[in-house]
Amino acid sequence: MSNSNSSVEIRDLDLHFGEVKVLQKLNLDIKEGEFLVLLGSSGCGKSTLLNCIAGLLEITDGQIFINNQNVTWKEPSERGIGMVFQSYALYPQMTVEGNLSFGLKNARMPKDEIARRISNAADILQIQPLLKRKPAALSGGQRQRVAIGRALVRDVDVFLFDEPLSNLDAKLRTDLRVELKRLHQRLENTMIYVTHDQVEAMTLADRIAIMKGGKIMQLGTPDEIYNRPQNLYVADFIGSPSMNFFKGHLKGNTVEAAGITMPMDGYEFADNQDNAGEVTIGIRPEHLITGELASKAPVKSSVTVELVEPMGSDTLVYAALNGNQMRIRMEGNARVQAGDNLAIGIDPSRASLFDSATELRL
Amino acid sequence: MVDVSTSMLEGPRGPKPGKALSRKNIFLYGTLLIVTIYYAIPLYVMVVTSLKGMPEIRMGNIFSPPMEITFAPWVKAWSEACTGLTCEGLSSGFWNSVKITIPSVLISIVIASVNGYALANWRFKGADIFFTILIFGAFIPYQVMLYPIVIMLREIGLYGSLGGLVLVHSVFGMPILTLLFRNYFSSLPEELFKAARVDGAGFWGIYFRIMLPMSVPIFTVAVILQVTGIWNDFLFGVVYTGPDAYPMTVQLNNIVNTTQGVREYNVNMAATIITGLVPLSIYFVSGKLFVRGIAAGAVKG
Repeated sequence: MSNSNSSVEIRDLDLHFGEVKVLQKLNLDIKEGEFLVLLGSSGCGKSTLLNCIAGLLEITDGQIFINNQNVTWKEPSERGIGMVFQSYALYPQMTVEGNLSFGLKNARMPKDEIARRISNAADILQIQPLLKRKPAALSGGQRQRVAIGRALVRDVDVFLFDEPLSNLDAKLRTDLRVELKRLHQRLENTMIYVTHDQVEAMTLADRIAIMKGGKIMQLGTPDEIYNRPQNLYVADFIGSPSMNFFKGHLKGNTVEAAGITMPMDGYEFADNQDNAGEVTIGIRPEHLITGELASKAPVKSSVTVELVEPMGSDTLVYAALNGNQMRIRMEGNARVQAGDNLAIGIDPSRASLFDSATELRL
Repeated sequence: MVDVSTSMLEGPRGPKPGKALSRKNIFLYGTLLIVTIYYAIPLYVMVVTSLKGMPEIRMGNIFSPPMEITFAPWVKAWSEACTGLTCEGLSSGFWNSVKITIPSVLISIVIASVNGYALANWRFKGADIFFTILIFGAFIPYQVMLYPIVIMLREIGLYGSLGGLVLVHSVFGMPILTLLFRNYFSSLPEELFKAARVDGAGFWGIYFRIMLPMSVPIFTVAVILQVTGIWNDFLFGVVYTGPDAYPMTVQLNNIVNTTQGVREYNVNMAATIITGLVPLSIYFVSGKLFVRGIAAGAVKG
């Protein structure tokens, strides 16, 4: 059926709402203890996939295994999952304690065991003083902690998070992100986490699945996703500010794009085929070399600065390379002004090459 | 510095003063006053007349307060006035109405709330068609169904009894109440329902432990709608029950529309007020909840 150390397996999952195909032939293997992030813009099917795993949506075709058990026809409560929602979804008329115990009471667990689990979860999440309060009397961060606690007390194998931090303000989001990572390190449970925030995805994930139109565009570690995007969509989606793209021509080992010639020494081609034809080269704004080091880079050129956005920690420069718009990320103390001529260097080994027609990485 | 602060003192500051007697206010409050009088005067006449004796009424000053207050018309309306063959006043009708209203309200609300909950949260196959048919029922004029229902009630042996009328009221309350409950339950966050399912609660567990405690406003609305609707019903009462089981409204009609003897206006007025007292008091007790529930049922999110 499957290899023993996989925690969640999804086989040929289809989900259609009438004529709309939300998920198509989707396959996914999640290892035990892995933190997997489903990342994508809204409407890509990531939350839908999570709801399918939870059993909250009836699937059209395919199978779902959790802990090597076929749970395709099981009720959500029988799947060994706990779920945390974006709106927290705490039961407003119950106290925090009532919220935590609701699932356990439904499972007819003995009272002392319930009490033990609640106090254990409350210790981990530091919500011990809040147990007698109603959700309305809690702050956003506290509510989300209770929501996590509700999954925690059930002692499940798999945690599902549906954009749990999206309703929080920026500061709290960062704090809770770190807490979530700590929690994962401590519990070592499998966690599946849906988000549209790439910072959350990059910081939390062991692996990221980037989704678009009900399909997984790339599944890989944050490092792979960032440095070796498999297609143009992933390359464009990940990274803020996003990657610079130039259309050009590849012949042998040399790319001509944006009016400059770049020998692609050091670039790892995906295969050893004869690479030639129309290509798109992508270079991250932070991989453009400026300052003194620019003169030592393998490929050198110069650009005209059009706009400068100082952001404190770094400076974002909008410039034109032979008439092609591009973004360059420089250090925060860089002194540049609109109209300046800026020497830049490009390291081809850090660039990404895509076939213009198939949009796949070369 | 000094200049700045003085110029700040001189300019407009704080809330903009409004004129108490602006044209807008006169129009607004004038309209409200006229409408209030329009609605209050009949009530005033009723109360005043019901407290007068017949000689005083014959003097013809319907707006003047009673010279001599008497409660005899109220007593007569309640326990002595003739309603058709018997002369026992409205009291038996009152208890009939209570016996009709309470079960009808309870049955219709219990069933409709479960209907609405199932339609909103458990999307079963054919739910949309079921809902459309149910709502369509709300637009069929009652008169069309009067006679078919007489036959149906006769066939199941409930014609002429309180039970038959309770059944009719419960069924006829279904479309509008189901719509009301469905919309309210749809407006509750869907994630709560999902969370409860993950927590292992079933159909009834979610209904009783999650949904019901959050639905007090909409239940209040439903109770008010049903109590006033059923209590004030005349048509079904007169068609589907016999003289023994006539509800209060039918007996009121019999008192007021009697063609024999003297027209006792004071008794008529008292009887009418007594009949209207139940819906009126429901509004007074739960008016605030009613408004909140209507708003909650209408606004999504």
